[in-house]
Amino acid sequence: MVFRALRIALVFAAAVVRPASAADQPPAPASPAATPAATSAASATPIAIVYLALAVKRSLPESYLDQPPADEGLAGAGVALADNNTTGHFTGQDFILDPVVAPDEAGVIAAFRDRLGKGAREFVTDVPASLLLKLADLPDARAATLIDATDADDRLRAEGCRRNVLHVLPSRAMLADSLMQYLVVKSWRRIMLLAGQTADDKLYADAVRRSAKKFQIKIVADKMWSFNPAEQRADTGHFEVNTEVANITQGVDYDLLVVADEEDNFGDELGYRATLARPVAGTQGLVPTAWSRVYDETGATQLQNRFLRAAHRWMTERDYGAWMAVRALGEAAIRTHSGDPAVIGAYLRSPKFELAAFKGERLSFRAWDGQLRQPVLLADSRSLVSISPQPGFLHEFFETDTLGVDQPESTCHLN
Amino acid sequence: MPSQLKRGLAALCCLVFAAGAARADHLYVSNEKDNTVTVVDAATLAIVKTVPVGARPRGLLLAKDRKSLYVCTSDADHIEELDIATLSVTRTLQSGPDPETFALSPDGKTLYVSNEDDNQVSIVDIASGRISDEIPTGVEPEGMVVSPDGKTIVNTSETTSMAHFIDAASHKMIASVLVGSRPRFAAFTKDGGQVWVSSEVGGNVSIIDVASHKVIHTITFAIPGVPAETIQAVGINLSPDGKWGFVALGPANRVAVIDAASFAVKKYLLVGQRVWHMDFSFDGKTLYTANGVSNDMSVIDVGDLKVLKSVPVGHLPWGVVYGP
Repeated sequence: MVFRALRIALVFAAAVVRPASAADQPPAPASPAATPAATSAASATPIAIVYLALAVKRSLPESYLDQPPADEGLAGAGVALADNNTTGHFTGQDFILDPVVAPDEAGVIAAFRDRLGKGAREFVTDVPASLLLKLADLPDARAATLIDATDADDRLRAEGCRRNVLHVLPSRAMLADSLMQYLVVKSWRRIMLLAGQTADDKLYADAVRRSAKKFQIKIVADKMWSFNPAEQRADTGHFEVNTEVANITQGVDYDLLVVADEEDNFGDELGYRATLARPVAGTQGLVPTAWSRVYDETGATQLQNRFLRAAHRWMTERDYGAWMAVRALGEAAIRTHSGDPAVIGAYLRSPKFELAAFKGERLSFRAWDGQLRQPVLLADSRSLVSISPQPGFLHEFFETDTLGVDQPESTCHLN
Repeated sequence: MPSQLKRGLAALCCLVFAAGAARADHLYVSNEKDNTVTVVDAATLAIVKTVPVGARPRGLLLAKDRKSLYVCTSDADHIEELDIATLSVTRTLQSGPDPETFALSPDGKTLYVSNEDDNQVSIVDIASGRISDEIPTGVEPEGMVVSPDGKTIVNTSETTSMAHFIDAASHKMIASVLVGSRPRFAAFTKDGGQVWVSSEVGGNVSIIDVASHKVIHTITFAIPGVPAETIQAVGINLSPDGKWGFVALGPANRVAVIDAASFAVKKYLLVGQRVWHMDFSFDGKTLYTANGVSNDMSVIDVGDLKVLKSVPVGHLPWGVVYGP
């Protein structure tokens, strides 16, 4: 489902951002000074958003159809920057994006320290959970806001939550709940779970197990996929895979095969090959996700088109995460008409904050764990199947809070 | 055979013209998914004709002389002029890319078109059918309205969340006012003193004082048993007598009735699913709504504030206009 890009040098990354923003910016309006919103408080100094990414080399996905884009994430940030600046022209505010893509952890930490030293306080991160915590826990980072644009790790929303960190993509718990609610609606009560061997696959499978219990979905078989992915690439490899999938799904009846394979190593090779004719969902097949190229409702077409024009490819979930992160900072700065990091940080966490992110409703951050509450798409590669929360799953305050960890259950203590 | 056909055609023409002269008023509904405009007899509420138009018809406007209807055919990237006498498309006008909504100048000579995909407003000269100027605006321009005196154009931009006031003579931006998230529609009060702006994601209506360009009030909505997230304000119609404001609440499937003096919500009227745009009858006694998901049009009695009937139309009805 989520594959990380082979990231390359900063020089290239910066080059990618510039044309994206230039293309989407209108000419300066005739007289921004006449705009009532533009008061003398308008920031003469631009509001800098630092995009911090770790270049992670991942194995290529099993399917050659979807090669990871080199500018994944950053391209979304570029489009959001242009959106911020279009509004900024009218409010007299100017936003700049400072992209840092470092080859290792030390490089990311050094760049973070450097930017903090130069006064930057707004950060968008595309780094693994462990590194995010190292950044957030630096003494100098206390006054900074880090918006995690790409990580779905539930631990970052639980014991690992931090006051200076917000998360825009749905957590694995939210993804799993979105799928399980749909299964309840369909009365598909029995699933088989098939998990890959990476640490992230285990976390995804754990989220599915917890969610299944919560929504009373029975896991009738819980297995691990250990077939060597290299073998299926060999000539005639499809025979081997077909036999392997038939074997592992033998002797058990279930409604749906749920797969946990975040790096796309085998999940696409399960459909049509299992012993029983059953659909596949999870990280492949019917996928719960924040964004999909098939999604065109509630104005999403506009963002899909804008992104396609800027990046010359489809927007991925990681691009969308980066877009939301940069837009969230922009929205807070524009609504408060301030460049003050403390004002922006407080507004992001306040009940007044709302992000319009093409989901048909306002999105806001949960006060208890810094997670952006949002509807989750359920899509396969060619169509939107549904959007969770499903009708009938009610909540006292926000129906989207039926997805993931709600306040009473939260183990995050942000005091 | 050819002469018979000719005679037949001549007879048909006469019939059409005769019907044209005697016809009652009609409703015109744009069906976004069907690429059609449904024509409904206002007296009988029967469908008179389904007119094929260009791809993805959305915004509709009646010409000043009431002889034709302008249709934004968004995916065809132009505006079509539908002749009301013959119920056929007679001409296309330039619009700029992806026209969604538009407004007509009070003299009936100019269309102001929001180009959702291109961050601009196109100014179209109706006589020549050509774009005379383009004005850069916010991200995803949507709502368009012209002040009653024709001097000011207001455009809303969805991702920028602003109402932009543009001088109609110079095409210069006078002011940009922040409103709720994803502003969809703007309406001037009859005296031109206020602009009401609906926000789809914000779920509210901002009342802007035109003289000061300030938001003087924000109308919010709460309906028992309806999740707050589904209350999405879209279409606004202010009653000709200035007494009421009607606001379509999208997937909340309701139209809010607002006391235009106090801004208090008086009533919620249950209509079809995902109600977006509306129009009054010429006498202001009836309001019609286009309901996108239930594929129908609701008919509201403005005097009693009651929903009278729903009329099935095409797929994904977007807008409705009352005309001859």
